[in-house]
Amino acid sequence: MTELLRVNNLVTQFKTESGLVKAVNDVSYYIDEQEIIGLVGESGCGKSVSQLSIMQLINAPGEIAGGEVIFEGQNLLKYQQHGAEMRSIRGARIAMIFQEPMTSLNPVLTIGQQLTEMLVLHLKMSSDAAHKKAIELMGMVGIPAAEKRIDDYPHNFSGGMRQRVMIAMGLSCNPRILIADEPTTALDVTTQAQLLEMMKDIVQRFRASLVIVTHNLGVVARYAKRIYIMYAGRIVESGTTKDIFGTPRHPYTMGLLKCIPRLDEEEGRKLVPIEGLPPNLINMPPTCAFLPRCSWKIEKCYKEPWPELTPVNGNHFIRCYADTKEAKR
Amino acid sequence: MAEVNTAIQEFSEAPPRVSEWKRFWRVFLQRKIVIFGLVVLGLLVFTAAFADLIAPYDPYLNKLEDSLQGPSSSHWLGTDIQGRDTLSRLIYGSRTVLQVGFITVSVAAIIGFALGLIAGFVGGITAAVIMRIMDALMGFPMLILAMMLAAILGGGIQNVIIALTVATIPGYARVMNGLALTIKQNDYVLAERSMGAGNWRIMLNHILPNALPPMIVLVTLQLGGLVMAEAALSFIGIGIEPPGAAWGAMVNDGYRYLRSFPILSIAPGVAIMLVVFAFNMVGDGLRDALDPRLRGIL
Repeated sequence: MTELLRVNNLVTQFKTESGLVKAVNDVSYYIDEQEIIGLVGESGCGKSVSQLSIMQLINAPGEIAGGEVIFEGQNLLKYQQHGAEMRSIRGARIAMIFQEPMTSLNPVLTIGQQLTEMLVLHLKMSSDAAHKKAIELMGMVGIPAAEKRIDDYPHNFSGGMRQRVMIAMGLSCNPRILIADEPTTALDVTTQAQLLEMMKDIVQRFRASLVIVTHNLGVVARYAKRIYIMYAGRIVESGTTKDIFGTPRHPYTMGLLKCIPRLDEEEGRKLVPIEGLPPNLINMPPTCAFLPRCSWKIEKCYKEPWPELTPVNGNHFIRCYADTKEAKR
Repeated sequence: MAEVNTAIQEFSEAPPRVSEWKRFWRVFLQRKIVIFGLVVLGLLVFTAAFADLIAPYDPYLNKLEDSLQGPSSSHWLGTDIQGRDTLSRLIYGSRTVLQVGFITVSVAAIIGFALGLIAGFVGGITAAVIMRIMDALMGFPMLILAMMLAAILGGGIQNVIIALTVATIPGYARVMNGLALTIKQNDYVLAERSMGAGNWRIMLNHILPNALPPMIVLVTLQLGGLVMAEAALSFIGIGIEPPGAAWGAMVNDGYRYLRSFPILSIAPGVAIMLVVFAFNMVGDGLRDALDPRLRGIL
């Protein structure tokens, strides 16, 4: 499959009073056409910021300090932040869905007004055509009686329904990539499953790629083809979903998997939490950020800076010095 | 997927709908005093619109032989020193009130909203420049500023409007700036951006409608203050030029005869009071109806 988006050495930093925060530090990844990838990490590890950076939606005091975002042969970071080129890509070529469906819709406009706005803007549809298309989209994401509900306000919708509207909105202009930033975190578990299933179906029907950003490994396990694990602003492990779940090699990934209960295991296994807290990102030392919490650390970890991503097996990369091959799983 | 779909259908029956308009009117008209205010304002608009037909006499016609008469069947509210019919002048004065009030508020609102919105949304140096100018203007009490401008520009209805407009803009800009700063933090603004919306679209389609309810209340409440300010300017003689009919000027004309013909001052005084009161009550009613936290029935 052809490559659709490639991010090279992206650095996004925030200048705060207490120092420089490198929220995204030298992050590189790619996504192929019609591929679903997962981006997993704890809160504050730079998942969302890396996605907002692609769209150039970082506001002061944040800034994109380096790297490139190659989308369809163009470096998006060359465009002006709010220039016409960037605006014509946002929503139309790359769309984004946010975590909080309760606040992502404007409370004073009807669902229809918000759905049609982008159709008129990007696809230059007439308002009649846009209205029809909006009803069609709402039906597609499973909102019953769409022609009646199109004139409702967001407060008439439940959280799950609003997220459906957001998905409809995100896909309304046929984007090549849909970035779903914790799309189901604010929803309850049954709704999560419905939404993810539907999102996968629709994305496939639109022949779009999907980036699922989440802190929940379970969410991506079923849908993503490849997974990137982020920690403290860097990607620490990447590989196919099978690699990550079957033979995790980075201590952090292994730790994450140990905290998830599994159905297919012998009884009595204890869940092992990762000790400690994610590091403060202000003025970080050059050594591995996971070092204080790591149970695999070796002497080299204290002396050398964080290693580069190194291949362990084909398309499976880790950023670690320790020899974790013999780990018991 | 089949069972999933039926589950969706079960849970997504549309909630019973209460029309926002119905709810608005119900709360708005809940209090009798608001209805009273609306009636007074309706009367004001009516007299202003049909002043030519209602007024029994020409408000500008001097008839010195009729000067300073008490209330009678031919002159219900008496006549002033120049023999002009007080009632007719009151009726024509309602035009001044509405003209000054509404033109001032409209122009000030458009400019003030725009300045506040741009300052709040864009931020940075633009905001600093705009808001510091507004702060400087706000440093003067509204009436003093209006007096100063009226004194520089001279009298006349046009200059009164300009003076009051300049004095009103900073308040609108300030409040709008604050609202824009809050509203632009909302997730839906980021979501709009991610959909490719530009600055103008976000400002006009998304921030402005969210800021309007409190602004409408502010504007209505301010109308009362503007009627007062216009009356005050006319009273001290730098407002509407004679022989134009303005209630404030009429109070001033009449107060020399307060002992012998109190009606000359009291009639326009009461008119001013009623209108200001009406605007304030309607403003209160609007606030109750537009602010969900004050509705108490949600």
